[in-house]
Amino acid sequence: MTGLNNLLPVLPLLLTAAGSIVLLLVISIKRNHELSAIIALITLFFSFISAGVITFFDDQMPVRITGLLIIDTYSLYFAQLFTAASIATVVFTFLFFRTCAGRNVEEIYVLLLLATLGSQVLTAASHFASFILGLELISISLYAMIAFRRDMKGIEAGLKYLVLAGSSAAVLLFGMALIYNEFGTMQFSRISALAGFSHVNRLIVITGLVMIVAGTGFKLSLVPFHMWAPDIFQGSPPSIAGFISTVSKGAVFAVLVRFFKPADLQWDASLSIIFWILAVASMSAGNLLALLQRDIRRLLAYSSITHMGYILVAFLASGRLAYVAVAYYLTAYFITMLAAFGVITMVSLAPAKDNGRHRGECCTGLARKSPVLTGMFIISMLSLAGLPFTAGFIGKFLILTAGAATGYIWLIVIMVVNSAVSVFYYLRVILRLFAVPDDDSTAISSIPGLPVAGIITMAVLTLFLIIFGILPSPLIRLLMTLRMII
Amino acid sequence: MLLLILLIPFAGGLLALLEKEDPAFPPRYIALVTLLFDLAVIIFRFFLFPPKALLTASGSWLDMERYRWIGSLGIDFFIGIDGLSLLLVLLTLFIGTVTIFTSWNRIIKKPGFFYFNILWTIGAMIGVFISLDMFLFYVFWELMLIPMYFIIALWGNEQRRRAALTFFIYTQVSGLLMLLSIILLVLIHARDTGELTFNYLVLRDSAAHLNAGWLVMMGFFAAFAVKMGIVPFHGWLPLTYAQAPAAGSILLAALMAKTGAYGFLRFVVPLFPESAVSFTQAALILGTVTVLYGAITAFGQRDIKRFIAWTSISHMGYILLAVFSWNTFTLQGSVMQMLAHGITTGAIFVLAASLIDRTGTRDISRMGGFWNPAPWMGAAVLIFALAMMGLPGTGNFIGEFLILIGTFHYSAAIASVATGTLIFSVIYALWLVHRVFQGPQSPLISASRETISDLTKGEWTIQAVLVVVLLWLGFFPSLFLSTSAPWVDDMNAIHVHSSMPSAEAVKNRLAGGAP
Repeated sequence: MTGLNNLLPVLPLLLTAAGSIVLLLVISIKRNHELSAIIALITLFFSFISAGVITFFDDQMPVRITGLLIIDTYSLYFAQLFTAASIATVVFTFLFFRTCAGRNVEEIYVLLLLATLGSQVLTAASHFASFILGLELISISLYAMIAFRRDMKGIEAGLKYLVLAGSSAAVLLFGMALIYNEFGTMQFSRISALAGFSHVNRLIVITGLVMIVAGTGFKLSLVPFHMWAPDIFQGSPPSIAGFISTVSKGAVFAVLVRFFKPADLQWDASLSIIFWILAVASMSAGNLLALLQRDIRRLLAYSSITHMGYILVAFLASGRLAYVAVAYYLTAYFITMLAAFGVITMVSLAPAKDNGRHRGECCTGLARKSPVLTGMFIISMLSLAGLPFTAGFIGKFLILTAGAATGYIWLIVIMVVNSAVSVFYYLRVILRLFAVPDDDSTAISSIPGLPVAGIITMAVLTLFLIIFGILPSPLIRLLMTLRMII
Repeated sequence: MLLLILLIPFAGGLLALLEKEDPAFPPRYIALVTLLFDLAVIIFRFFLFPPKALLTASGSWLDMERYRWIGSLGIDFFIGIDGLSLLLVLLTLFIGTVTIFTSWNRIIKKPGFFYFNILWTIGAMIGVFISLDMFLFYVFWELMLIPMYFIIALWGNEQRRRAALTFFIYTQVSGLLMLLSIILLVLIHARDTGELTFNYLVLRDSAAHLNAGWLVMMGFFAAFAVKMGIVPFHGWLPLTYAQAPAAGSILLAALMAKTGAYGFLRFVVPLFPESAVSFTQAALILGTVTVLYGAITAFGQRDIKRFIAWTSISHMGYILLAVFSWNTFTLQGSVMQMLAHGITTGAIFVLAASLIDRTGTRDISRMGGFWNPAPWMGAAVLIFALAMMGLPGTGNFIGEFLILIGTFHYSAAIASVATGTLIFSVIYALWLVHRVFQGPQSPLISASRETISDLTKGEWTIQAVLVVVLLWLGFFPSLFLSTSAPWVDDMNAIHVHSSMPSAEAVKNRLAGGAP
């Protein structure tokens, strides 16, 4: 029954998995940083292409694979998004570790491929087993990637993530167990179908769902599960921080949408209150704490918490527009965050005057050193703030529209107020780019000749930020056609 | 053609940004050429050789262009121009040119980025004036803030960052509330008619049936009131006007405040006719309070830019009166008031910048007796001070006069109080001239020279042009009034209070009685 044809839809996943094995073998034969990065890039590139090809040419969609996975246009779109984000991450990681000559850094690409595989699994997961499998693939790879710099900060961050991710996975598993206990199935579709019946013990089901929300809330760094985010963003290599804030969160969101939205489980009276509180708390607390940050990476960590709160608004909303809003916002957020962390990576390549200590205000006075990077950084900050002609603006607009159409007036009023407050700190960051640093040690001495690969990647990201902000129509139309089944 | 008019400033801004240091053709020339070219295109298109279709165009619209944009959400790139927009776009480009000359020798730091910001602010304001799609309107509304923020934050005075942030927070919060209102309005329309569209004309035509409610209107009200500095929303304005660089102050006071006034005229009443009626009393009281409070507070200011800011608040109050009285007189009056106030405030800010350069201070109490060393400057300040108090022969007089007549039709009490306020404007305007130019000559603080020098040739020319335009507005208002008349007649179809004589009739009556 599992002929070769049936495996075709999972080709992106298979390619990524095969690539990681090939890479392991290559590393064991000969260590070569450039070669490893190129293999990772090629793998991800073909994975990306194959997902696109399947989307357009396979008329058998959607396809169920062994009850664990569902390949539909929805999963393929997100798989492409995550793979593309991983490609950018590989480039930035390569640039970041290029200077660490003589150290064994090649394995980070294996881990990156595995984490990408995990995210691809999550987009297609339709069963608790694949859910937890994908999640753990990401988490376990991340433990090592976060600590990869092998200094005290990095190890501390990795350890922190390990402890917290481990306990959150336990909570998640417990929640799944409770639901299995009540329904006797781990299949999303069965759970959705059974959830409406009256004979189930609602207390146990709700408890299970709440635990699932709590477990995934940790991954999404929703308030109050957000404590880890700033330290880990600060301690891990910037490109990996970008990966955490995008792929790791986006994948969890993708699976949450597939689990909750088809049956609108999130509208259960008690659950919707919990989601409401999570959204409001994430938006508001993330914003208020971001106001206090001086370190750009900590600021982005809180900013990312805020954005997760915004996406929850779209998650709660109803109708086709809600799906479009979630997908569009995630796409915009991905590009923006990657661009921001890309700039941070490039800036961190500059030789530090204070012997490599993590410089807090890493971008002070950037305008005088590199106008190009400054321009890109400004655009990504404006997009995070959701100002016009950037992708972030259209995303915000779609969420507001979806929320208003559902009747969540208060939720979107809170979102609007938060969005206005957030502009404050993004603009402060931008102004700092133009500042003349008073303390020379925090200044960037000089940017070494900008690496071509980095500039190309940054240019592509910035281009998409603007295209999706000015001409959003093609992407919206594409997202409207996405179909999701369970 | 309309699209071209809109895009020219943006393109010019990008060109200015690309300039290297010490170029052969500095950014200020690029900015100047851009604006003059845009002005030429408009004059060519709408005044010298208007195509035949334009003359017979249905309704009050002179030109419209529509491009597909985000079809799935009912959003188009829909721009159109009528008499009201045309006059404001002309004002924008004219005052924009003045700001370029004002910054000519003042901006040394990062000139490329500076003129980029100036041109983008101007481009976005033109976009605000000609957008006929609510989403597009909001995009330009927001876009106008960002370059303005940079102008204040990077080239402003000593408290520039605080001023820029205050400006941004006020305008951003109110702007987002407006976005919320736009979305709600569109969704209400979609619910009632099944058509999801952001098209202003469609929304306006079904506005009477929608009855979107006054809470939705308040989002628009807040955004526009903040821009104009209507009294409870004015907190940012004196600080920001005072701290912005000369060009920034001119753009803010002469033009950006007009976007708020334009918003009231174009959106608040036409889109919410019923709510606007029920809100009239409150709005008129707010307007009167603004007129009065602005005038009284102006009188006590020591900072010359703050002084102008408060007078500006006071004058914007008249426009609120005009909008909510809503009849032929007040609508025509508000157009005149916007144009005249734009010219007057722009000119006064240019003069203030010259004074500040020469004395090194913004403190009025440290100025005095400058008439002898600088008679031309004194004359210019006197002319515009007289305009500020609404002397007959200036556009300001026509504007305020029409507004007060129209308001009298609606409420004699409010009109009487507002007319009484004119006394205060006489006092503060004369007080300014008296303090700065009369009395014993005050010593200069920072300059090595003994006293200030008079206007340079360039400054003199700018002032002369501004005076000519001011008098043109005052003595021959019919050109301007007949440009906006079709729009006024169109708007009269919205019977807010009672039917009124047509715009043509008012214009004729005024032309007959004018000196």
